[in-house]
Amino acid sequence: MTEPLVPHEPSRRPSARAWRRLAQNRLARISLGIVLVMTLACFLLPALLHLDPTTTHPAFRHQPPSAAHWFGTDGLGRDYAARVLMGGQTSLLVGLVATLTCVVIGVLYGAVAGYYGGRVDEVMMRFVDFMYGIPYMFLVILIMLMFSESARGNPVPVFVALGLVEWLTMARVVRGQVLTLREREFVLAARLLGAGDFRVIVRHIVPNVLGIVTVYATLTVPTVIILESFLSFLGLGLKLSWGQLVSEAVGVVNPLAFFWWLLAFPSGFLALTLLSLNVVGDGLRDAVDPRGQR
Amino acid sequence: MTSPTPPEARAPQPLLAVQGLTTEFRSDEGSVRAVDSVSFTLERGEMLGIVGESGSGKSATSLTIMGLLPPRGHVVAGSVALRGTELLTLPEAERRRVRGRRIAMIFQDPMTALNPYLRVGEQLVEGPLLHLGVSEREAERRAVALLDRVRIPDAQARLRSYPHELSGGMRQRVMIAMALLCDPELLIADEPTTALDVTVQAQILELLAELQREKNLAILLITHDLGVVATTCERVLVMYAGRVVELAPARELFARPLHPYTAALMKSLPSLDAAPAGRLEAIPGLPPQLDRGPFTACSFAPRCAHVHDACKVADPPLTEAGSGRLRRCVLPLSRP
Repeated sequence: MTEPLVPHEPSRRPSARAWRRLAQNRLARISLGIVLVMTLACFLLPALLHLDPTTTHPAFRHQPPSAAHWFGTDGLGRDYAARVLMGGQTSLLVGLVATLTCVVIGVLYGAVAGYYGGRVDEVMMRFVDFMYGIPYMFLVILIMLMFSESARGNPVPVFVALGLVEWLTMARVVRGQVLTLREREFVLAARLLGAGDFRVIVRHIVPNVLGIVTVYATLTVPTVIILESFLSFLGLGLKLSWGQLVSEAVGVVNPLAFFWWLLAFPSGFLALTLLSLNVVGDGLRDAVDPRGQR
Repeated sequence: MTSPTPPEARAPQPLLAVQGLTTEFRSDEGSVRAVDSVSFTLERGEMLGIVGESGSGKSATSLTIMGLLPPRGHVVAGSVALRGTELLTLPEAERRRVRGRRIAMIFQDPMTALNPYLRVGEQLVEGPLLHLGVSEREAERRAVALLDRVRIPDAQARLRSYPHELSGGMRQRVMIAMALLCDPELLIADEPTTALDVTVQAQILELLAELQREKNLAILLITHDLGVVATTCERVLVMYAGRVVELAPARELFARPLHPYTAALMKSLPSLDAAPAGRLEAIPGLPPQLDRGPFTACSFAPRCAHVHDACKVADPPLTEAGSGRLRRCVLPLSRP
């Protein structure tokens, strides 16, 4: 405790300290920049440059990168830059939406299990164990197949499937945190004030786990993106995403004509995004809990 | 309040009446009786001290009164009545309206008792918003007034602080303000000064005494420190192994302890009046394992300096010892 009584000094939230520590981590700062630039590029550039991912030009099939087509064209003569950027939109969106789904489910589920403990916890966490036991690809494919054929390529089943698979880890992490938090005296203090369980969970416990939740959410985004890419690769994913593009590119690779740009751009972007997100996640973890640093 | 309050004119009910309260905790080796047949009453404007060493059942008693025992604990017998309303059988929803509103509690470690992620102001207004149905602005106004009253400088600005920006003494003041915002009738203070240094301790105790007079508050002061109760409480309850061993007005207790345990506790205290004459006396041995009885001997017998045969054959009952005093000992009144 330094000066306990400095009047009118701006108060810092504990999370503000974590952000400051993150900003001091150079690698994390660069990675965060890459993620931001990538996001802005995918969402703004196609509109700004009037890029068109769908119009076919049979005369310009399989053009290598040039001034007119930065990333070349694909087998139908479509501008590949437009396709890669639009694909990035879906991949990033899937990452974000599925992660939010799993944050909401995981945090509530974990907080309830951890807070009530005992038999409630036992039953709830055994269910999580059971879900873990099912191979997740099997689960995802099953959910995807439950939606009708016409919904194929529609984002909703993909979000649902990925969110349902990924919340398990979040629930475990949160539950572990809440198990220790509920023993803290401020939880008792809130209950002594007459606060009910719901209020204690939402107002006192959840804010205390948000740090660790942010970390795991950041690490979940790349996991979800790669899962979606894999689904796309299997032909079960979205219509236009990085995974879908890579899958198509692999299809046309042959020893005589190696259209390298078809493979290099989407997989390069994908790899760069995933790497950056992982570095940011690691940086966040160190920032939220400095003691955990190796 | 919707809870039925019987007409007080007919039979004046004490503010808090605890009768034969017995609380057990399940453990791996079976049940442990943490509180055993504890009885006392408390009136408005009175401060009652509960003294005992760690594990003597002080905190278990207060948590039982608040109805917030951990899942392993349960009340086996007894009653806790607030102005005649039995609290132990009250449905949880009504219980919550008592908690924080009519009985408030502060405890030992103000470092951990405040939520580190919420501003002091956000935590202070929680009680009034829950219980008094006031607007957020009104709740905030009351919070500032009370922070002022507990002598927190620049109260308005402190609402925006986080707990980690306050010192230990300040945090305990915030806790006190938080507890008193809904004007409770009873305040349970569980070791309120243990985590603080001595000068701050004195300030907090003084503050509690002032507030007690001002608001005609009943305070249950739980501590292991006889020095703390000596200066503040009117009556003192001494607990050992979950049971009351002595109850007496503070002055008389300190002048003439009637239970060997109380006497031994006093001898283990350093005194400023007497010149330090060698080492302080410690009580030999450890408190017993808490079990459920039936007791075939006095639970303090193994550590008692005055133990004799009668102590080992039967558990002494709590008996009247004159001038409103109670004690659990078979020795002649003149002995300890």
